[in-house]
Amino acid sequence: MNRIISKENFSDRVVKFEIEAPLIAKSRRAGHFVMVRVGKKGERVPYTIASSDPVKGTITLVIQRVGKSSEKVCQLEAGDYITDLVGPLGKATHIENFGTVLCAGGGVGVAPMLPIIEAMKNAGNKVITVLAARSKDLVILEDEVSKFSDEVIIMTDDGSYGQKGLITAGVEQVIQREQVDLCVTIGPAIMMKFVSELTKKYNVPTVASLNTIMVDGTGMCGACRVTVGGQTRFVCVDGPEFDAHQVDFDEMLMRLRAYN
Amino acid sequence: MPTQEYLQAERAQLWREELRKTIKNKERTDLIRVKMPEVDAKIRSRTYDEVNLGLTMEQAQAEAQRCLDCVNPTCITGCPVEINIPKFIKNIERGEILEAAKALKETSALPAVCGRVCPQERQCESQCFYTLKLKKEPVAIGHLERFAADFERESGNISIPEIASANGMKIAVVGSGPAGLAFAGDMIKLGYDVTVYEALHELGGVLRYGIPEFRLPNDIVDVEIDVLKQMGVKFITNCIIGKTISQEDLKAEGYQGIFIGSGAGLPNFMNIPGENLIGVMSCNEYLTRVNLMQAADPESDTPVQMGKRVAVIGGGNTAMDAVRTARRLGAEKAMIVYRRSEEEMPARVEEVKHAKEEGIDFLTLHNPIRYEGDERGRVQRMLLQRMKLGEPDSSGRRKPVVIEGDTVWIDVDEVIVSVGVSPNPLIPSTFTGLEITSWGTVVVNADTMQTADETIFAGGDIVRGGATVILAMGDGRKAAKAMHESMKGE
Repeated sequence: MNRIISKENFSDRVVKFEIEAPLIAKSRRAGHFVMVRVGKKGERVPYTIASSDPVKGTITLVIQRVGKSSEKVCQLEAGDYITDLVGPLGKATHIENFGTVLCAGGGVGVAPMLPIIEAMKNAGNKVITVLAARSKDLVILEDEVSKFSDEVIIMTDDGSYGQKGLITAGVEQVIQREQVDLCVTIGPAIMMKFVSELTKKYNVPTVASLNTIMVDGTGMCGACRVTVGGQTRFVCVDGPEFDAHQVDFDEMLMRLRAYN
Repeated sequence: MPTQEYLQAERAQLWREELRKTIKNKERTDLIRVKMPEVDAKIRSRTYDEVNLGLTMEQAQAEAQRCLDCVNPTCITGCPVEINIPKFIKNIERGEILEAAKALKETSALPAVCGRVCPQERQCESQCFYTLKLKKEPVAIGHLERFAADFERESGNISIPEIASANGMKIAVVGSGPAGLAFAGDMIKLGYDVTVYEALHELGGVLRYGIPEFRLPNDIVDVEIDVLKQMGVKFITNCIIGKTISQEDLKAEGYQGIFIGSGAGLPNFMNIPGENLIGVMSCNEYLTRVNLMQAADPESDTPVQMGKRVAVIGGGNTAMDAVRTARRLGAEKAMIVYRRSEEEMPARVEEVKHAKEEGIDFLTLHNPIRYEGDERGRVQRMLLQRMKLGEPDSSGRRKPVVIEGDTVWIDVDEVIVSVGVSPNPLIPSTFTGLEITSWGTVVVNADTMQTADETIFAGGDIVRGGATVILAMGDGRKAAKAMHESMKGE
């Protein structure tokens, strides 16, 4: 059982939790995720860790209400306990000094992007971040992201904040303007698909962090499998990050609808 | 092997000598082997209740009379955990069932589990005097084991084995499946301070997520684990060694020995077209949803597809578990697709028999080569290649050979792939000092289960790559004995 230390509503639909988990806070790296289960009849659902404080012994998760299980988490308040929390899982992000790294995060995907932005910056990269959301109130973590980014470009679908347009427009501006050595993208699968198609056109190596359906999250079930470069891979143990240009996003999108 | 002196001393006890004289051997061998009472196939294929009902006291005692209490009990050589079989059976014969249960617990941490899921026909019962010499049906050792364990549990008088005084040495166990539980049970008896770490939110490993309740009810697993807790074993769930806590952390916390029983969690797929369609899944996924996550319960948040036409690919015990589960979840047609013939099937005879009684179709000598789905990506049909048997292969079984051009399409709405598992890579990829095979299994000394790091021992599927509950338990016991020897020596 892990206690929720604090809860902050980023918007009606997006909630930030700080959760007591000293062992995970100490061992996790950028890119890792945890499995969360709420209630004895609850489902096991993966969430990527947004940040941690090893001194306080806490991790931060940013969760969007999208279905029954995320709704259950979001209904919890500070002081409540998460029934089961396990991690850190998956492979950590490969961090090195690539040169210029373009981080393209959409919606709630900005949260798991944050530790990658921070680690890339600390490794000596020039970091340009494109934050995208449907509208101004859904833009999250702008201040935190700005702290570790050399430049932040904000895109909103309705133009209520930053530039009007999709994430791909922001990404393309940067690529056309300067040399980009690596692109990292996290967000809805359909968004990552379009970012990947765009960067492929420009030959910019791209990493995507995939968010598939999982049951155990430890390699046991294979519910999360995706095709990468023609091979079946498990997101939970082989990922969650893969060479985006090799990912079969159409198959992944199809599989995400398995229980809809 | 337990020492001959010990076995003979036990056998020479007065009560056993007298019991042997009460019935002539000729009369004992004329008795007919008991039949396990079962729920009717029509009823049980619609419920999740346990199939085997267990023996009555009369049946158990009559069956116990068949045992000749041999001078040289060969049956014990067939038991990976070396249960003193005649001792527990003769206790049943004389009506001391709680004593019988104690005899089981001398060497087995999970008697109620083993009485249900061990392939006794290939182990103790295959080495029974009746099988070897009389060419008759063996004493129903497995049924009797279950009887004694169930009787004890239901009596409320559960005995807790004796524990040696604490020696202060801390031991960590990775994984709470059969290997880890057997190891923990032996080490706690020897006085060690034992902590078992489990990655999932429930204890038991494959006993929990894999084996369905109609074969092994979860309550039974709970009770056996509870005995270990009462003996002093500590359990920590939601903790992944190598991830949550590292090997170095364990050492820093003062653990002097580690036993790895992390299992073979990674499901194999066949890499054929259409295998990632919706509705095609691993047996692990299917069984984990149903068993661990209780997905068939309408209250559960975890969904599971309940197909009407379900194909399970494979011929092992897990395949039988999956296909019989599918039947219980409402499949009108549930079928096993297996590339060899029934004779080569690795599943237990009892599982195949139960499956057939429950209306499962067996498509043997068929192998899937492609799946096709509808416009939403849901599996609709499978293309099967017909096979024939050729020469024996390295496993000694006749090899399946393709019959060129002979294929058949079959409509399905769910496919469960049960073609084996590979070792979970979490341990091999996060531990240092171990020797790992190209298959991903951990290399150990076969006599001691010791790895290349002398403080780390391993057993079960992480070493074997996919075997049985009882072999895993045998490994756990062997490792406990060897670790104890090695730590005593220091």
